[in-house]
Amino acid sequence: MSDRRVVVTGMGVLAPNAHGLEAFAGALRAGKSGIRFHQHLADAKFGCQVGGIPEGVDELQGRYLSQEELLAMNPNMVYAAIAAIDAWTDAGLERSTEKVDWDTGAIIGTGIGGIDTIAEKLAPRVDQGKVGRLGSTMVEQIMSSGNSARVAGLLGLGNQVTTNSSACNTGTEAVIDAFFRVREGRAERMLAGGSEGSSKYIWAGFDGMKVLNRTKNGAPAEASRPMSASAAGFVPGSGAGVLVLESLESARARGARIYAEVLGGDVNCGGHRMGGSMTAPNPVSVQRCIRAAVRMAGVQPREIGAINGHLTATFADPHEVANWSKALELKPDEMPLLHSTKSLIGHALGAAGGIECVASVLELHHGFVHGSANCDDLHPDIAPFERRVARRTVELPLEVIAKASFGFGDVNGCVVFRKWKS
Amino acid sequence: MEQQAEVMGKVVEILRPFVKNADALSSVSMETSILKDLKVNSARLVDIVLEIEDAFGIAVSDEQADQVKTVGDAVTLIMKTGKA
Repeated sequence: MSDRRVVVTGMGVLAPNAHGLEAFAGALRAGKSGIRFHQHLADAKFGCQVGGIPEGVDELQGRYLSQEELLAMNPNMVYAAIAAIDAWTDAGLERSTEKVDWDTGAIIGTGIGGIDTIAEKLAPRVDQGKVGRLGSTMVEQIMSSGNSARVAGLLGLGNQVTTNSSACNTGTEAVIDAFFRVREGRAERMLAGGSEGSSKYIWAGFDGMKVLNRTKNGAPAEASRPMSASAAGFVPGSGAGVLVLESLESARARGARIYAEVLGGDVNCGGHRMGGSMTAPNPVSVQRCIRAAVRMAGVQPREIGAINGHLTATFADPHEVANWSKALELKPDEMPLLHSTKSLIGHALGAAGGIECVASVLELHHGFVHGSANCDDLHPDIAPFERRVARRTVELPLEVIAKASFGFGDVNGCVVFRKWKS
Repeated sequence: MEQQAEVMGKVVEILRPFVKNADALSSVSMETSILKDLKVNSARLVDIVLEIEDAFGIAVSDEQADQVKTVGDAVTLIMKTGKA
């Protein structure tokens, strides 16, 4: 049962600029920004007062979740649930209130988790000596696995259900781990991706580090500027992206619609050596990760039509582009089209990889590369790659796309998808 | 002291967000089991007791809370504790 082929048969996305696959694909094509000014960030004296928060969730959540379920769910869990239910439905799978699906599991990661619940509810009551008034709903909202555990209950999942966490690599790592599990025959289907809530408590630490952009509070849509000479830090985002990864034999047996094949993937760590640290990537490990993923995928670098990069709008962007070029052994003019979904939705932290994998597969499926916004003033170190930076949406018959994420802790993930041809 | 029917009405409204079987609320009686009939998650009994304490201005001990199995148990406890 080893080395089975793994395909994507369903997807769900709740992003700052759209909810649902059709709306998200449209928003990407149109370059619709989901970045807004948020008064509550200004009130808390954040330097960065803009961010990406999915809209309309208060109304939306009641269509997916009962009042009883919502009693014990913070936004991180709600986002994961909406994206997972959408992915499940999109894959053509049935929901049963009785049966357990022993062949399906979930790896839905989160970077920061339920810190908003801790800050708003748990810590104040504990400090006031009111532990007896915490009620029963704290633990399931603050345990790291709360997002995937809730999804397991909603869908009756009986295979492995867990939450991974590797900072900004979380969502991509989840997809790769789930890919390996299905490939090895340990599950027929895995829901995979990431979610992140949208609380000031989740974002404050990054603002304190001065790694968020504080120069565009008056122009939110221009605030997220990956690859730009005027990039001044990332814009915090939130939401969820979940993919249904399935064995090809299972997908074929039930006549499922197939979006793409997962050809290969790799995760590693730079060990905080050779320039790497808790907050900076070891370039050698980044290149090793990309090479390993491409090697496993069995494609030549020139076959890769586009790279949906990590590209957050920090000092690391030029280094990332250089690492791609070295790893693929391609000169600037030979490179796949470079673009950053974060230019439209911000950096959704633990959800970023999940949402951006959904974006990548949609690009393959529909045949386009969305424009990377706000980089008309390309960073001088990226200037040699100018012809390969997708500043505007390009319609093209994309066959292979590479998606990578790089996270605090010096951790990396790279996954390669191929458009499915029946 | 509030009449039993009035107390029961308030208890039902406290229970409403916690029930998984909403249909059972339409035919609720003193004998209705909170866990078996209304399908309330047993962990949520803690939250229900906290809400009862707030709504009726009473203090419920852990031992008293453990005895609450039916809607009637909650109503009786509230009326008894209120009188005390």
